[in-house]
Amino acid sequence: MSTVKLTVNGKAVSVDVEDRTLLVHLLRENLNLTGTHVGCDTSQCGACVVHVDGRAVKSCTMLAGQAAGSNVTTIEGLAKGDELHPMQAAFRDNHGLQCGYCTPGMIMSAVDIVHRHGGKLDEETVRHELEGNICRCTGYHNIVKAVLDAAGRMKVAQAAE
Amino acid sequence: MGVEGIGARVVRKEDRRFITGQGKYVDDIKMVGMSYAHFIRSPHAHAKVKGINSTEAMKMPGVIAVLTGQQIVDDKVGNLICGWAITSKDGTPMKMGAWPAMAPETVRFVGQAVAVVIAETKNQAKDAAEAVVVDYEELPAAADVKAAIKPGAPQLHPEAPGNIVYDWHIGDEAGVGDAFSKAANVVTLELTNNRLVPNAMEPRAAVAHYDQAEEHYTLYTTSQNPHVARLVLSAFYNIAPEHKLRVIAPDVGGGFGSKIYIYPEEMVALWASKKVNRPVKWTGDRSEAFLTDAHGRDHVSKAEMAFDKDNKILGLRVKTHANFGAYMSLFSSAVPTYLYATLLSGQYVIPQIYAEVIGVYTNTTPVDAYRGAGRPEASYLLERMMETAARQLKVDPTELRKKNFITTFPYQTPVIMAYDIGDFHASIDAAMKAIDYAGFPARKAKAKASGKLRGIGVSCYIEACGIAPSKAVGSLGAGVGLWESAEIRVNPVGTIEVLTGSHSHGQGHETTFCQIIAERLGVPISQVSIVHGDTDKVQFGMGTYGSRSIAVGGAAIVKAMEKVEAKAKKIAAHALEASESDIVIENGEFKVTGTDKAIALPMVALAAYTAHNLPDGMEPGLKETAFYDPTNFTFPAGAYICELEVDPGTGKTTFVDFVAADDFGRLINPMIVEGQVHGGLAQGIGQALLEGVVYDDTGQLVTASFMDYTMPRADDLPSFQLSHTTTLCPGNPLGVKGCGEAGAIGASAAVINAITDAIGNNKLEMPATPDRVWHAIHG
Repeated sequence: MSTVKLTVNGKAVSVDVEDRTLLVHLLRENLNLTGTHVGCDTSQCGACVVHVDGRAVKSCTMLAGQAAGSNVTTIEGLAKGDELHPMQAAFRDNHGLQCGYCTPGMIMSAVDIVHRHGGKLDEETVRHELEGNICRCTGYHNIVKAVLDAAGRMKVAQAAE
Repeated sequence: MGVEGIGARVVRKEDRRFITGQGKYVDDIKMVGMSYAHFIRSPHAHAKVKGINSTEAMKMPGVIAVLTGQQIVDDKVGNLICGWAITSKDGTPMKMGAWPAMAPETVRFVGQAVAVVIAETKNQAKDAAEAVVVDYEELPAAADVKAAIKPGAPQLHPEAPGNIVYDWHIGDEAGVGDAFSKAANVVTLELTNNRLVPNAMEPRAAVAHYDQAEEHYTLYTTSQNPHVARLVLSAFYNIAPEHKLRVIAPDVGGGFGSKIYIYPEEMVALWASKKVNRPVKWTGDRSEAFLTDAHGRDHVSKAEMAFDKDNKILGLRVKTHANFGAYMSLFSSAVPTYLYATLLSGQYVIPQIYAEVIGVYTNTTPVDAYRGAGRPEASYLLERMMETAARQLKVDPTELRKKNFITTFPYQTPVIMAYDIGDFHASIDAAMKAIDYAGFPARKAKAKASGKLRGIGVSCYIEACGIAPSKAVGSLGAGVGLWESAEIRVNPVGTIEVLTGSHSHGQGHETTFCQIIAERLGVPISQVSIVHGDTDKVQFGMGTYGSRSIAVGGAAIVKAMEKVEAKAKKIAAHALEASESDIVIENGEFKVTGTDKAIALPMVALAAYTAHNLPDGMEPGLKETAFYDPTNFTFPAGAYICELEVDPGTGKTTFVDFVAADDFGRLINPMIVEGQVHGGLAQGIGQALLEGVVYDDTGQLVTASFMDYTMPRADDLPSFQLSHTTTLCPGNPLGVKGCGEAGAIGASAAVINAITDAIGNNKLEMPATPDRVWHAIHG
């Protein structure tokens, strides 16, 4: 057992976990942040994507101990209170989700994609970048639309700041 | 009526919880004192279980129990059932071997559970499972249909000699013989419909709780039909009587058919929760999903079609071997029979059809309904056949289809189905226009100049949704009725709860069902709640599969609403001192037509519950129930056209365009309908290009992870061009047909027709990987 101290969604936490505990299990089991999902056991599906120090990371591929001292944002920490993040709003407005299971990971990946590519996103880039997130419901059509829509909204929001 | 009624593209009410991480799936549930289950599964495709030694495992930290297959047999937990009885052509009933929830004596597929460890934590259960020693005596295995029907093949079940479950047929064999004897041309085709894994993104899970004081069980589970689960767990598996068992299917992360069935793990979790007197959680991992979720498709077929000299179809003869895996899953027997062979008329006038279907046991994971269930197999066979025929007869494939389209309705096919309505010319015309079919030869020539092989492929599908009526399916062998229920509760302040037996696991019922109420009453959808997925709240229902929710579940809501409105109108008329026949409902008000007299819904509702001033003899309250049993299936249909390019150097396929023109009748929420089509198309295209289960000769599943089984990803798929043509379904009060499976039914043939058109070689099996395509080009 080890004590892991980290910041999750802006809150400092200290958790005692087995050394083999993965970050996703720390989030789900110890912190009850069940919005981050597990959809596979081979780091393929991306349902578990969170941000670690601002970068999208598959939390099933990182030991909890490796996240010690870092700043983790999960899907629960993305909105500002009642105000949805532009990516969340774009997924809703473009019907970019159906069963909702891949959605948290998809949104967290998509935010990272927009951050990395800025306003230079096109459909081909979005499709290529989403390769690490599997959705079985939507055929990706509306997810791609949502990400492109959100990229525009985030640009506007950034310009306003 | 109003901006949120039928036809409005309303954003989904359920989305907020999903996009903020507040969805509540089974694995998110925790209970005080919860323990964790981990199953010990056979590494062999066929073996005798000689012994299970758990002595060392029981000494490990946190272990509560190791339970075996023999114990579940000793406790008289029932074997898993198959709910649709099929009779072979010789009049004998289908031949089924027993399927215990955990194998006491013999394992018949890799992954079959033999024991379960219950421990304080998930890791402790997993660790202890490593220490359980199972002594197996390996037996020879039959890993596919060909191996299973060979003389001398390993026998799976003594009840099914030769591994044959049934040898069934439909249609007029002699009539088809006559048709072929008159044929000017006969076209033959052999094809395989590749085995798929449904792979809903949420793995199956169960949380079971036994309340000793009340002798009552609760099961949270990933189910598409919690009431059917409760019925089966109670009536057949003897877990608990229905009134002592509550089944809850909360948010469920996709189903696609794979979560219809009541699997061994859910049964064992419930049974174990009493054994250890603790809540028990089991959450499957993806490897377990590959090994134990019911697979789909897996047909091998030979087909012949007879044409007259004018290229009119005279007859169709089909022989199909269907692989059922090692055991008969809940609805498996119906899939290659009444959901497949009955659709072999497609959109065409085919005067004579004869189909034989041989169901076969193999040492593989059980196979059952997966999105489309039988109808994709029928559609793929028929649409590959039409394309093959057009090439052989040297006519344009769209012309050959149009020449043979059914144009008058109702139309009785030779294979049971009676199509109520449709306009197949409208669909294909819309699709051809959308893709500029006439301009294709010029585009093909241009592609050729840049070294690419361009092809175009058409697929005209029909499907049968909302399997019904109950009396008819009962006469065909179904063990259940296929109606749906709805209860409408208008609360004293005028808010409305709709309790439905349908279950939403991505389909958006919480929005579309509210739109039906908004349309009728003119109230905002925020005043309406949908309650589903809990056997304690909703009395009974048949769940969601076969694109039945709107056509059957939605119609039940309408029927219940009619009763609510009739009573509310009486109350309104009494309050307004008007004649009941003069009351109309508009914008949430009950109005006396032609006057300004009106009473708002909340006042009518309040009057119903205060009961101070009701018409003489009227019962208080405003709550009504309806059970709706349709008179027929619904028949969505459409035309898909795919244009693509093949790189002859690599065999890689790249989409240029994919158009879909569907007729789903009336659309409640076009945005949601389009989403359903997108998802279906992705699964159809996945089958055509990427997905395929591979077993080796010993029955080991080679494609058992997302590393090995190719799921469609965002960069594998194009954006789609959708359009709709409309003939309203005359069989239900909404005029709806269902849209959930269409894409998966129609897409695969369009893709393969396009690739084979591009490369000029008709022989190509799914999935058409670059390797297969390259070999089809270069030999």
